[in-house]
Amino acid sequence: MTTDHAAAGPAGGSRLAKAGWYLLLTALALVVLFPVYMTFIRAISGGAASLFQKKPSLTPVATDWGSFWDAFREGDLGVPILQSLLVTAVIVVAQTFTSTIAAYAFAFLEFPFKKTLFALVMGTLLLPIEVTLIANVQTMFDLDLISVSNGTYAKTLAALTVPFLASALGVFLIRQGFLGIPGDLLDAARLDGYSDFKFLWRIAVPVTRPIVGSFIVISFLGAYNQYVWPRFAVKNQGYQTIQIALRGFLSENPNQLNWGFAAALIAAIPVLLLLLIFQRQLVRGLTAGAVK
Amino acid sequence: MSLVVRRSRRTREALPAYAMLAPLLVVFAIFAYYPFYRIIHFALYQKFGNSDAESFVGTAGILDVLKSDDFLSGLWITVKFMLYTVPAGLVLGVLMAVAAHRRLKGIKIFQTIFSSTIASSVAVSSVVFLTLVNKQAGYFQNVGWLNIETPGGAMRGVALSSVWQNIGLTFIIVLAGLQAVPEEINEAATLDGYGPIRRFFRVTVPMISPTLLFLAVVLVVQALQAYAQIEILTRGGPQKSTETLLYKITQLQGRTDLQTGASMAIGLFILTLVVSVGQFLMLNRRVHYDN
Repeated sequence: MTTDHAAAGPAGGSRLAKAGWYLLLTALALVVLFPVYMTFIRAISGGAASLFQKKPSLTPVATDWGSFWDAFREGDLGVPILQSLLVTAVIVVAQTFTSTIAAYAFAFLEFPFKKTLFALVMGTLLLPIEVTLIANVQTMFDLDLISVSNGTYAKTLAALTVPFLASALGVFLIRQGFLGIPGDLLDAARLDGYSDFKFLWRIAVPVTRPIVGSFIVISFLGAYNQYVWPRFAVKNQGYQTIQIALRGFLSENPNQLNWGFAAALIAAIPVLLLLLIFQRQLVRGLTAGAVK
Repeated sequence: MSLVVRRSRRTREALPAYAMLAPLLVVFAIFAYYPFYRIIHFALYQKFGNSDAESFVGTAGILDVLKSDDFLSGLWITVKFMLYTVPAGLVLGVLMAVAAHRRLKGIKIFQTIFSSTIASSVAVSSVVFLTLVNKQAGYFQNVGWLNIETPGGAMRGVALSSVWQNIGLTFIIVLAGLQAVPEEINEAATLDGYGPIRRFFRVTVPMISPTLLFLAVVLVVQALQAYAQIEILTRGGPQKSTETLLYKITQLQGRTDLQTGASMAIGLFILTLVVSVGQFLMLNRRVHYDN
């Protein structure tokens, strides 16, 4: 992941200083990579005997590349990964839509209680799903979206997505983008007979595409990686997302931990692919609130 | 704009504005504000078994929970978890960003490596750390201070996995902060005879302090919301030594003891509120200094 001007920064300095920086950078890189390396090594170490040795090895023991396929097949990981991708797609599309139109209203329109409503929207940042968990699970029971024994697939999908169809962060980021559009542009467009919706889709959204793109990447990361809500909102384990299925698979196969480790690496593949393609959007989105 | 024009604009635009806000407001009303009200309601009333009968226990009932040993130990463990993860994460992130903010050949490779943990979810990170700290299969299974079957080691193991998972995020944000510092300022400080270390603490750190403050709040909030790493690595144990507030709340989450769980959720909310208001005040103060 690199930023737009990665080559910036102070020069390396003298030869000795340069060597020192490389030494430090390499040491830090090893710290970051070591856990992933060990996971990979453990994943391809075949069978229980090699995993439970008293003196752990830094290299694979009884190398078995098949454990990735075994884990995928035994854990039936394709199903929860698809479930995660579907849940994520619904959340990302819905959040982007609801955030964009709400941001438009807050940025361009005048209406009573505007400030109050904006404060209420931002106030939800103080009420994350972790705080409201107990009550939201009860609401899901009341709406019959969680059923303890065998909820239908449609209900499970609804339970996994409906609390996340709106995002205060999305409103905030996209509104910031809209505020950069001169008000004269809206006035001119209106004189040309543009409706609010036409102005939104033809001008406002295209102009702020980078910000909307950044939000989409952040929203995807959050939705695909979330753990607490699916853990408690889904009782039918057949419909679980990959993050929860990973934990279940791991605890069901205590003697095949190499499968669990392989499954963890498999579970990260969709996000890795996304980040490889959209790293610039991600960096911009993450740093939007941090750097002025 | 004159008052009359403004007023007519307000009435004309009100309807489309409310229509555009409606989907968002409906979701927030049902899944943020209504549950907030419900939590307060749950905390004020004690239910009896599965019957609908409930008796009012009031704020005294909430305070009883907030003063209980269980809550206080959860609070202490949450705070301890914050102290283990936030400073270490910040220092590591700054160290990596400072090292990688440099015109060196191949620096992009290091930047990519340092950012890479952002691809890992909390669940994936926790499984990754099992390969290090698991008592049977972990590489560090014989390292005493990381023994997750002891209370201290369990806390360190969970904290370490969280710090690692957040390195990518911290690095990306601090690096962006460093890149926003104008090169001339560092040059001017060098001309004034500042050595690299004094320059770092007297020039760089103050310049990126808003970024660091933002990050600190993000990391604190993430620590308040830590769950998967605890469930996967330690299940709250041993001897409840890694039972944070959120973990305790999830354990109380059936229909059995909503009053206790909801009161604890109010405690968690107050913590979140204090952190956020603290951030707001500090950022505000900074803005005033700038003026």
